[in-house]
Amino acid sequence: MFDDFFIRALVAGLGVAIVTGPLGCFVVWRRLSYFGDTLAHSALLGVTIAYSFQFNIALSVFIISSIIALILIQLQKKTNLPGDALLGLLAHSSLAVGLVVIGFLTFIRFDIMGLLFGDILAVTLNDIIIIWFGGALILLMLKLIWRPLFASTVNYELAEAEGLNPDRAKAIFTILMAAIIAISIKMVGLLLITGMLIIPAAMARNISDSPIKMVIFSIIGGVLSVIIGLFTSLEFNTSSGPSIIAAALFLFILSLFKIKQSVQLKN
Amino acid sequence: MNDNILVKLKNAGFRIKNKWLVQSVSFQVEKGKIVTLIGPNGSGKSTTAKIALGIFKKIEGEVEKYTNKVGYVPQKISIDWTLPLRVSDFMVLTENIKSEDIDEALTLTGVIHLKNKNLGSLSGGEFQRVLLARAISKKPELLVLDEPVQGVDFTGEIALYELIKKISDELNCGILLISHDLHTVMSATDHVVCLNGHVCCSGSPIDVARNNEYKALFGEQASKTLAIYEHKHDHIHSNDGEIKKN
Repeated sequence: MFDDFFIRALVAGLGVAIVTGPLGCFVVWRRLSYFGDTLAHSALLGVTIAYSFQFNIALSVFIISSIIALILIQLQKKTNLPGDALLGLLAHSSLAVGLVVIGFLTFIRFDIMGLLFGDILAVTLNDIIIIWFGGALILLMLKLIWRPLFASTVNYELAEAEGLNPDRAKAIFTILMAAIIAISIKMVGLLLITGMLIIPAAMARNISDSPIKMVIFSIIGGVLSVIIGLFTSLEFNTSSGPSIIAAALFLFILSLFKIKQSVQLKN
Repeated sequence: MNDNILVKLKNAGFRIKNKWLVQSVSFQVEKGKIVTLIGPNGSGKSTTAKIALGIFKKIEGEVEKYTNKVGYVPQKISIDWTLPLRVSDFMVLTENIKSEDIDEALTLTGVIHLKNKNLGSLSGGEFQRVLLARAISKKPELLVLDEPVQGVDFTGEIALYELIKKISDELNCGILLISHDLHTVMSATDHVVCLNGHVCCSGSPIDVARNNEYKALFGEQASKTLAIYEHKHDHIHSNDGEIKKN
């Protein structure tokens, strides 16, 4: 059944959506969109290193993204620059270095478009295994740190005062972000991964009144986006990443009507 | 070693760069006792509470905490409304709590009808009551209440202070209370620490009220108010004008 490239892409995409759903909620709640972008941009460097040394792409991206996250934390402590400037600095310099390195790797044929926007033809059985096992691991870790992470998202001092160790939860969450980018890069492409995290979660926010509902709707939204996006991609021969994100945007726009209704009810 | 001690500060202080927020604070909170921190704005009351809670870690001096069952009502809480959060979700924020305990706490603070409301839709006073309910529903050993009745209407304020006293008796928990409202707080307090960047005086409410440094800090009037309030409670005037000891 996995012989068909489309089935492989669908299975991989669904795996990605199930994991980006809950993680994306935290990205929205903790205002980490630009942080996600920075990690995703640095992924290009990870990919080039993987090609240069014949290394596993997901693992290489995971390591480079984690290192960038660590550098960011250090820069935040040691400099007086505002957070967004540091994020921009790291995002664009790691992207630039990645592109320069690609320039040197003339002996390898690079599918830059596939890298930036995702390529469903490239999904192998191996990728599916990485996505589902890696994804299960990410969700398990997220479940373990859920309470301290969520409590400190609501209020850091409450979490700290009542003995939840929010700093450790935050560190683990950063690693999980690097991990989701690593496993979803082939499906969505590195320019659009943050969209996969944010848009279904934003859609879910519009129609939820509790955190758990938002997580569930975010997963459903992501899954629907992948299904609609991949079918569109197959039908019209468009890149998989943009098709999925456009489908997510479509769902987001639909969710706005629900807000409009509830606002009218209130008035 | 006294095992009733829940948290003990020894010459504790906290500074940001070279500015001391508070220094040389020593006191302890024991089971079943209420310790009240008073002092003018910027005197380091909230900072002291955060030292006791372990929120501030790089401190001078020592803080020994003997319990992890803590309920905290912070003075300022800014909740991000990007979060869809109902009162019932907020109640289980840091710990799983049985639903009957949640209902009981919300009933005690008078906000059970708001259980399924979104946190963002509450008024300041309602939110304050929810904060207090959340802290007590955990049945903590140590309750730290930083201006717990701010924004609550006057009758509600008295009722909530009575509730705090009742909780301290029922749960036998230690309470560290911060208030600028000396008048209402004092009747229940066992020990008062008067802060002004350092401990300016401490002791029983009546001792503090008579203390000259306290008078200097809050003025003669505050001292009198306090003394009168205390006075009301140590005897009763019967109808014929005779004074009976309480």
